[in-house]
Amino acid sequence: MDCQLDVFFLEAVLNGVLLAGLLALLALGLNLVFGVIDVVWICYAELVMLGMYGINDAYRVGAPFLVAALIGIVLVALAGAVLHLLVIRPVLDSPPINQLLVTGGVLFFLQAVATMAFGVEFRNVGIRLGSVSLFDMSFAWSRILTFGVALAGMLALWLFLTRTFTGTAIRAIAQDRQIMPLMGVDTRKIYLVTSAIGGGLAGLAAALMVLQYDIYPQIGLQFGPLIFMICVLGGLGNMIGGFVAAFIISQFIAVGGSCFATEWGYATAFLFFMLAIFIRPQGLFARRS
Amino acid sequence: MRVSPPALVGLAALVALPFLVRTGFSASERYYLHVLVQILLWSFIYTGWSLMGRFGLTSLGHGAFTGIGAYTAVLLWNFAGLTPWLGIPIGVALAMLIGVLVGYPCFRLRITGHYFALVTLALTEFIRLFIVGLRDYTGGSLGTQPRRYGDGLSLYAVQFEPDRLLSYYVALVLWLFGLYVWLRVDRSMERYALEAASEDEEAAASVGVDVTREKLKITALSAGICALGGAVYAQYQMYIGPETIAGLGVSLNIVFGVIAGGTGVLLGPTVGAVFTQLLSEGLRVAIQGSVMLKLWLGSAALALDTAVYGLLLILFIIYMPKGILGTLTARRERPARTGGAAPAEAPLRP
Repeated sequence: MDCQLDVFFLEAVLNGVLLAGLLALLALGLNLVFGVIDVVWICYAELVMLGMYGINDAYRVGAPFLVAALIGIVLVALAGAVLHLLVIRPVLDSPPINQLLVTGGVLFFLQAVATMAFGVEFRNVGIRLGSVSLFDMSFAWSRILTFGVALAGMLALWLFLTRTFTGTAIRAIAQDRQIMPLMGVDTRKIYLVTSAIGGGLAGLAAALMVLQYDIYPQIGLQFGPLIFMICVLGGLGNMIGGFVAAFIISQFIAVGGSCFATEWGYATAFLFFMLAIFIRPQGLFARRS
Repeated sequence: MRVSPPALVGLAALVALPFLVRTGFSASERYYLHVLVQILLWSFIYTGWSLMGRFGLTSLGHGAFTGIGAYTAVLLWNFAGLTPWLGIPIGVALAMLIGVLVGYPCFRLRITGHYFALVTLALTEFIRLFIVGLRDYTGGSLGTQPRRYGDGLSLYAVQFEPDRLLSYYVALVLWLFGLYVWLRVDRSMERYALEAASEDEEAAASVGVDVTREKLKITALSAGICALGGAVYAQYQMYIGPETIAGLGVSLNIVFGVIAGGTGVLLGPTVGAVFTQLLSEGLRVAIQGSVMLKLWLGSAALALDTAVYGLLLILFIIYMPKGILGTLTARRERPARTGGAAPAEAPLRP
């Protein structure tokens, strides 16, 4: 339990920043879906898990990693669209909490299916990118790459949302669900497109995560609560808020984890979250209503 | 409280049930009693959740409360030698305190719906990490066991696991206590206050309902019941682990059990527990018994019940949001009553 302001502390802080990129990307997809459709996908991290298995298998059968990653992204984007069509669309008029719980059923289902299909063993794609040393500190290339690609992915989404017609329609629906159908926008189509994009972002996150983490059916339980926490802290549906919240939370995890033990890093993050939510109940960066 | 004749008959049947099991299935008596005890204990916990769940307070934090109850009692017994007769009340009090500490800001600030579910989810995760972090005492993610006292049958140590018949009656009494509490709440003024608050907080407050106070009372009660259930479950299982009695999986199981059974009816959570336990046990037995299934699925067969369970939950929430018992009672009472907290009737399709 040594926690001094030395080079290891700085290393932890910088690793926290690198982690924040991934968490921000994960939160972005969930926020997009919530902002537009008003549904929380409790099973979001399980979609990521699905993508990780898909990429792993594609890579194992001989596809180059970039192709495997692309397959994973398309796979999870399809899964997002299917999730919307089969599960979310029938409950769109139900109380919000039912919509949240129905995706909880999907969580159990996906976890169990993954266990049946892939077993409980840990899997790894086995790509080692090595690390870079800098002033006694070392950073894994996979983390740096993740950070860069996550930022690029977020930038691409932002460009899509602001520069294209479909993107503009998505943002418009997020602002007013009632009026847009009157303007000739097909909400059903927009919801479907949004679900696919949300899934695609989960797939992108999966492609980055297979470089850093082992794959196992319960990995969603490790990341899921973290993603929800970041989204709520930033204000559900607020993409910029989620981005900032990811950086705050990841500092707790990285610094707390390096000063104490890993789970205490996570525990302090959750404690901070609960305290913060009581000070700013609508999230630290609430949208003005 | 007056007990109606059908209820008395049902109660007599439940008291006699172990003897029927003994005569009917004497070969695997212990197994059947074990299934019954599991059903009763989870029914008690589910009923505890439904105390607040029926008023739209969908908490994903009850896995934290069962964990607090179980771990407090067991750790006090293992490391301080304190009898669970004191340890369990301490655990229950602790869970109620934490329920109030988390609930107060939530209710003051009108955190409801998604936000309430996700904040309470964070509580579950925090408690689970806290348990894993204290691994010197709790055994971390591997879990731990209450220290066995003598031959494992002791009033002082509240250990009754070797005697399945005794375990059954302990669970039965606990379950009846849960139903009693539910009925007390159902027939109280607080119920109307909470129902009004779940429909429209502002309107309820304007007619003099102290919304925060009422919600806190029901949260404390619900947290206490679940902590008690978790503690007794630990004494019966003689094992506690962060995944089996605390954590998100437990929270979700509680919520789904109640939804499958029915939220606003007395025996809804019990029906949910019967349904989920029989489903998982039935599938397990079916797989064990069938060579074909076993060969086809291998060790992965263990997850089949969860897959079916998840699928059924999706179908339940889409087509039968009132649950099994809720739908049945709503059918019978349809001409008399309309409205209610549950969403509009969805057609029942296979």
